[in-house]
Amino acid sequence: MLQKKECVAMLLAGGQGSRLYNLTEKNAKPAVPFGGKYRIIDFTLSNCVNSGIDTVGVLTQYQPYVLNEYIGSGQPWDLDRTYGGVKILPPYQRANGAYWYKGTANAIYQNLGFIERYDPDYVLILSGDHIYKMDYYEMLKYHKENGADCTIAVIDVPLSEASRFGIMNTRDDNSIYEFEEKPAKPKSTKASMGIYIFGADILKKYLEEDDNDPASSNDFGKNVIPKMLADGAKMFAYPFKGYWKDVGTVQSLWEANMDLIGEKPVLDLRTPERRIFSRNSTRPPHFVGGDAKIVNSLVTEGCEVYGTVINSVLFGGVKVEAGATVRDSVIFEETEIKEGSLIDYSILDCRINVGKNCVIGAPASEGGKITLLGADMTIPDNTKIESGTMTSKLTAEVK
Amino acid sequence: MSVTGIIFSNIHDNNLPELTRLRTMASVPYGCRYRFIDFALSNMVNSKVTSIGIITQANYQSLADHIGTGKDWDLASRAGGIKLIPPNMTAFAQGNRREYVTSRLESMKSATVYIASRKEELVVLSDCDVICNVDLGDMIDFHTKTGADITIAVKKMTLTPETAMKNVVIKSDKDGRMTDLLVYPRDISGDHDISLNIMVLRRDKLLEIIADASAHGYTSFNTDVLLKNINSYKIMSYKYDGYFACVSSLSEYYSCSMELLDPAVRHALLEIKDRPVYTKVRNSPPTRYTEGSFVRNSLLADGCVVSGHVENSIIFRGVTVSEGAVIKNSIVMQGSFIGRNCSLNCAILDKNVMLKDGVNLSGHQSIPFYVAKNSIV
Repeated sequence: MLQKKECVAMLLAGGQGSRLYNLTEKNAKPAVPFGGKYRIIDFTLSNCVNSGIDTVGVLTQYQPYVLNEYIGSGQPWDLDRTYGGVKILPPYQRANGAYWYKGTANAIYQNLGFIERYDPDYVLILSGDHIYKMDYYEMLKYHKENGADCTIAVIDVPLSEASRFGIMNTRDDNSIYEFEEKPAKPKSTKASMGIYIFGADILKKYLEEDDNDPASSNDFGKNVIPKMLADGAKMFAYPFKGYWKDVGTVQSLWEANMDLIGEKPVLDLRTPERRIFSRNSTRPPHFVGGDAKIVNSLVTEGCEVYGTVINSVLFGGVKVEAGATVRDSVIFEETEIKEGSLIDYSILDCRINVGKNCVIGAPASEGGKITLLGADMTIPDNTKIESGTMTSKLTAEVK
Repeated sequence: MSVTGIIFSNIHDNNLPELTRLRTMASVPYGCRYRFIDFALSNMVNSKVTSIGIITQANYQSLADHIGTGKDWDLASRAGGIKLIPPNMTAFAQGNRREYVTSRLESMKSATVYIASRKEELVVLSDCDVICNVDLGDMIDFHTKTGADITIAVKKMTLTPETAMKNVVIKSDKDGRMTDLLVYPRDISGDHDISLNIMVLRRDKLLEIIADASAHGYTSFNTDVLLKNINSYKIMSYKYDGYFACVSSLSEYYSCSMELLDPAVRHALLEIKDRPVYTKVRNSPPTRYTEGSFVRNSLLADGCVVSGHVENSIIFRGVTVSEGAVIKNSIVMQGSFIGRNCSLNCAILDKNVMLKDGVNLSGHQSIPFYVAKNSIV
């Protein structure tokens, strides 16, 4: 028997994330590792659970294996429910044809049937590529208090950066009168976080209209939101205060990792409230050797550090041999760095084997650009990889 | 061959009175993130024994909390999974029936209903404090192949008169059939096979043994069952040659814990391919080292913040080591807080201990300084 859910979350996880280069070669962006033991999607899934939302549809279409395996039954987030829980929603064939998800709005449109199964009053639309802790329940309360048709979470960004975002221009009561996508001359600093709450009926109405419009690119930001504004729908901006980071680029992913370290980290994951859940490995505790030096870094289960680690984030099972140095870098699972090698200002994907006496990247302070190596590479002894390299194959030039 | 598992969770509580005052032997914390019972449970799960009964008697709140639904061992299952078996006391029990039972045989009497309700052919019995990574699948194959009535896992150890007194020594012929069994022998030293207290036998045979023991008032599985039937039962010893530790005092707890700083021991216990050791998932973030941290030759779990000096130590989950603190040769359990400029040497801090700034605690390797759970110093 179908049971009603007040609010169903729909998590858009189908984007390719091409600005993460090799990290998304065989992996959807939400499944990209983050912060030593997480994946990006852990933040949105944990936010849902911590906000009392127990029904989450995850819309996938790009390289889904890692993400599907990771989400599994939803057990790590307590989303393995007898009714509801987390469900993977790939595009599917229907009587009148088979279509890929054409845009964010179209992806939700194609899954209106999923939403209707729970007969919700509200639908929460999320994207799986942001790092933040947020109580969606507070946002829902705000939506209800305003009797809104749609509420969009916004965050204050510096005016100088506002032209990189979708900007909401609002009245004093936070009601939105205008939406500008990446405006050259921003009128406000309220940037859309890509988090929307809609009344379920109004969402359905606008998605159906959007689907009937051949000129539409079926995108929430480009089409649905402007259309609703034009129609005079009641739309509010929900101001969010706290940490929020789009990790869509290699640089911003690196920066967000660095936000976790320090005496008082910008984003502290150790607080007891709003915990971030993740699928845990069964690795033993990490070992720090007799001559190791670890300063200002995150280290997790299964690591073995005999060398030097400074301002870096090590994921599970990373090995740093004696005489090796990892500085200002993020090293994903199971990567091994042999003795005498130096890793500077880089992101190294999973299971890379770095030989002896290699030099990878250069410090930002010396003009180095961020370096990225793709998964499963073997770097022979004495290799030098120039800063700014982003590759998953060693070519003659790189060597 | 289908196999069900039984684990004795209160056995040997008396060996570690400090650590078992508020918990069972099974739930004694060990190795940064584990509890003793994780080894017995993981051995079973890794050998596809997926219905496990844990016989408990007293103090089992921490154990129940640790096990939860069993999902962290993949044991949240309809077809078996994990069951805590509390003592079987009825409202009509006489005074003496409420006594704390001390042997495997006595505690199994109260689990007869559970054992009889299972459908598996074989049972593997394990103590909760066997710190080892044994391939039970191989042991079960050995049991079936040799046509044994009972198979006991043994390990060759070099004994001194002191260590012999704490162990059960098993002698067997060249084919591995047990010929003698000595419980806590005195004046023995040299290389001997000791019992790991892990046994395999048919489930119906076990029920028969329990019924017989109950009728005769037997209490000891070793002397009343194994030794008495040494000729009529075919009792085989299965030789295990991996890492094994069994902790029978606080100083042994200390020395066994410190052995984990040896990479070879960690490899043999925690890093065997396809035989991981599972434990309760706590979702702690990675451990954060700050600017002033100095850590040498130590094992650390997740969720810590290290701003001080840690050397030759075992640090559990969620520990805070403040600036200027110096921890040497010590074990600090989950959630403890070490204030600024504290100094620890050869100490064992139980869970959630709070050391205010500048506290100095020092023990000796043979007598580590123990601080009880939730203490504020």
